[in-house]
Amino acid sequence: MTAYIIRRLLMAVIIVILVTIMVFSAMRLLPGDPLEIFIGQSAGMGQMTEDVKEQLRHEYGLDKSPVIQYFDWIGGVLRGDLGRSITYRDSVGTLMAERFPITLHIGLVAFVLGNIIGIAMGIIAALRRGSWMDSLVTMLSYIGISIPVFWLGFLLMYVFGFHLKWLPISGYVSPFDDFWLSTKHIIMPVICIMITGLAVIARQTRSSVLEVSQQDYVRTAWSKGLPERAVVAKHILKNSLIPVVTLLGIGIGIIFGGSVLVEQVFAIPGIGRLLVTSVFQQDYVVVQSGVLVISFIVIMSNLIVDISYAWLDPRIRYG
Amino acid sequence: MTNNPNKVTFYESPPRISEWRRFWRVFLQRKLVIIGLMILLILVITAIFAPWLASYDPYRGDPYDALAQPSAKHLLGTDIQGRDTLSRLIYGARMVFIVGFVTTGFAATVGVTLGIIAGYYKGITNMIIMRIMDALMGFPMIILALMLAAILGGGIQNVIIALSVAMIPGYARILHGLTLSIKENDYILAQEAMGSSGRRIMFTHILPNSLPVMIVLITLQLGTLILAEAGLSFLGVGIKPPGAAWGAMVADGYKYLTTNPVLSFAPGFAIMLVVFAFNLVGDGLRDALDPRLRGLL
Repeated sequence: MTAYIIRRLLMAVIIVILVTIMVFSAMRLLPGDPLEIFIGQSAGMGQMTEDVKEQLRHEYGLDKSPVIQYFDWIGGVLRGDLGRSITYRDSVGTLMAERFPITLHIGLVAFVLGNIIGIAMGIIAALRRGSWMDSLVTMLSYIGISIPVFWLGFLLMYVFGFHLKWLPISGYVSPFDDFWLSTKHIIMPVICIMITGLAVIARQTRSSVLEVSQQDYVRTAWSKGLPERAVVAKHILKNSLIPVVTLLGIGIGIIFGGSVLVEQVFAIPGIGRLLVTSVFQQDYVVVQSGVLVISFIVIMSNLIVDISYAWLDPRIRYG
Repeated sequence: MTNNPNKVTFYESPPRISEWRRFWRVFLQRKLVIIGLMILLILVITAIFAPWLASYDPYRGDPYDALAQPSAKHLLGTDIQGRDTLSRLIYGARMVFIVGFVTTGFAATVGVTLGIIAGYYKGITNMIIMRIMDALMGFPMIILALMLAAILGGGIQNVIIALSVAMIPGYARILHGLTLSIKENDYILAQEAMGSSGRRIMFTHILPNSLPVMIVLITLQLGTLILAEAGLSFLGVGIKPPGAAWGAMVADGYKYLTTNPVLSFAPGFAIMLVVFAFNLVGDGLRDALDPRLRGLL
């Protein structure tokens, strides 16, 4: 197990390094002068004399070789210095610290609820295979993987916001300021963010439970006269939920991907919205750091999932 | 009764069922598959014959008829520029299929090739290719596509490039695993013993044997891809106006949600329908080709 963890850790380190190289070179591949990236729109650059530009290039370290620039940037990131935003005139670290808890709040609620509901739906569908409940779950999970989340947002907003007036249409309130209002605010965004993951989990759980139910040891359990509750809980569920664990890592990615769209729909000042606005304001330093932080989290959660998977199922570590 | 040594008994061989017939029987047996195929057929016909089906110019509207409610004249109403929503939807179907097929062609070709090479050669080649794929998978797809589209700028070609890059690792990862298992077969060992080159084994033996999985994967990935494209054009980095992209139509229509909800409801429903159809057909293909893949793909 230790050897496995060390191997996976090493792999994760390599992947993170590759990600930093990709993000760094992506930003350098931008058409035009890299100086534009640092001072924002090229607007002011026309009037600058070559001397001023040279001066600025030196200031931002752009006159050094790309390799040195990369290590300068990484050094900064490791010290917690993610650079400065041009539009917000603030350090990217501060910007992220303000917005991250918001995305995390909605994301965590969506993650927990989506997984619990998804697994429950999958188990019910598989145990009552062919019944109306199975058809309902199958249909709902097809809709869940097919629906554009931003469109679902508008639908919910139209029904529960405009017509029934049950829920606030947009915005965000911290749960520490007003817990109930905050919860009402996040209901619709949470539904939108969790729907895809929920559907994927429900489908996987259903087929996994069906598969395990056909195993010999389950037949043995039935034939020795165990009650349904014992067979299901002790023999079927324990074994069928192992493959579902792998999907939890993917779920984290879906949540961050979804937050980009959903925060835009509901005007939630989280990390996803920051990323989108920065793309449009050509605030590339923010885009670079935002993408880096998100993919770091995704890679780390995949690492944790892989390790716990190996811990749950010894066949993996020795595979 | 004596045994006649000259008498030869013929045993009837079991009836041969052609793999094709078996496939079609399982595939078309499911009602959901038929529904999915019908939706796709209608959409493809719509996309091909768009100029004949649309009764209005999708790009030029009548400003005096802006934001019209659905009526016999404009079945789904008009947008702020007086453009007919239904006509824009019909032309938008073209965009969906163009982006879908070109991107998939590109991503699948690169991803499958990389996956097979990584799986076949193991060692350092495998290490390099697969770690790069892992790194690409570390970015949520829409975020990777958003970053690439930001760098490249909008426009249909750049959207296709951005989405292709984002889709490559999915193909590579599955094909890598598949190649590893195909390689264990005796016919590959026989080829190696005969001295076939690696390239020959990869492309005349491993590739055709992974075809069933590839077909299913492509169908299911088309759904994911269309959702991602819709997401990008919703955010405004997709196809440039006045082009009719369904995702952008949802975003534009949103401003009139209270008065003209159909403006954003109709294109969103169209996106869902096409993704739904690809998922139904993909699942049907998977179960007909190899039910063991359930859960893997």
